[in-house]
Amino acid sequence: MMPTIPIAEGLAGSVLPLAAINFHTLFFLLFAAIACGAAVAVVAADNVVRMALYLVLSLAATAGLFFLAGAEFVGAMQLMIYVGGTLVLLVFGVMLTAQAPFVTMKSGGGDRLLAGFVGVALLGMLVLAGLSVPAWRQPASGTVPEPTATPLGMSLVGVRVDQPPAGQPEGAVRSGYLLPFEIVSVHLLVVLVGAAYLARAKRRKTPRAIEVAASVEPPEAVAEHAAIGRTSGAGSVLTGGSA
Amino acid sequence: MTLPLAMSALFAVFVTEPVSVAHYLVVGAILFTAGVACMATKRNALGVLMGIELVLNGANVNFVAFASPYLAADGARSLGLDGQVIALFVILLAAAEAAVALAITLNFYNNHATVDVDRADDLKG
Repeated sequence: MMPTIPIAEGLAGSVLPLAAINFHTLFFLLFAAIACGAAVAVVAADNVVRMALYLVLSLAATAGLFFLAGAEFVGAMQLMIYVGGTLVLLVFGVMLTAQAPFVTMKSGGGDRLLAGFVGVALLGMLVLAGLSVPAWRQPASGTVPEPTATPLGMSLVGVRVDQPPAGQPEGAVRSGYLLPFEIVSVHLLVVLVGAAYLARAKRRKTPRAIEVAASVEPPEAVAEHAAIGRTSGAGSVLTGGSA
Repeated sequence: MTLPLAMSALFAVFVTEPVSVAHYLVVGAILFTAGVACMATKRNALGVLMGIELVLNGANVNFVAFASPYLAADGARSLGLDGQVIALFVILLAAAEAAVALAITLNFYNNHATVDVDRADDLKG
């Protein structure tokens, strides 16, 4: 802790020079704090509407992390598809099913305890694994990456225009991603049709429980109703009788 | 050393150092773990779906970090375009998965009048 103390005093006396601040790191810390804090809040929140809000925050902050890492196309897609599409879909689902008993459903304390144990163990393992490789702990080289939209778009149609990695010869033929792109396209089409099929409004052969409960009347009342209809049928307002 | 001073010292140390891939890996690990805990503890089917989104997002953070030439150390190779393409595919497949899972959830809600995943035990032997 010794070397940190002068810096802390410098910060407390607000003499931390502006030039010493690595702004990439500063924004990384900001976005990482929002992303992780909101992700933990998703787990901690009981209200499903709040969970959806925290998830929006977390995914949007993750898009910021993507921008910082130089993957601006992926970050834009994250904002447009994930935050703009998938989460709006989820919020629709929340709104369609937000009946009072389902808005806050808590699981038992034992389940939470077990999940907490598993979560801490998993987190410890993952963080240790991430920090255990020395090459991953090297500070960033700061190579300003080229814009990735064009190389990504070209590689999706099978043409690579990005620089080959260091080991490969300059003119080597490298495969693009045309086949995965096609597979994903057809997959999306199938999923669209499947989702529309699953969620369609259908006429049931067997009426569901709610409709049965609504349609059942006591037999006496039905008989009474029929009797009224028979005796005063001509005078009914509905039938337009003359009485 | 008081706690705020220690925090500011830690912050000062962090903010003057360049980030590394490991920073992103820690963020990805936290997102992944939060997603797993969310999937395990939520009883609302939509909460489970949100946990899945968090897990996929945590994996995406790792892919993008390994793909970034900015984060790669001097002389080290980054994953390059491969990592970003995988991240894009993950985003697309997550959208597809959310659409189908939401359709199944709404169907379940129509049939059983609940979204509690513990009540989805019709196939239990």
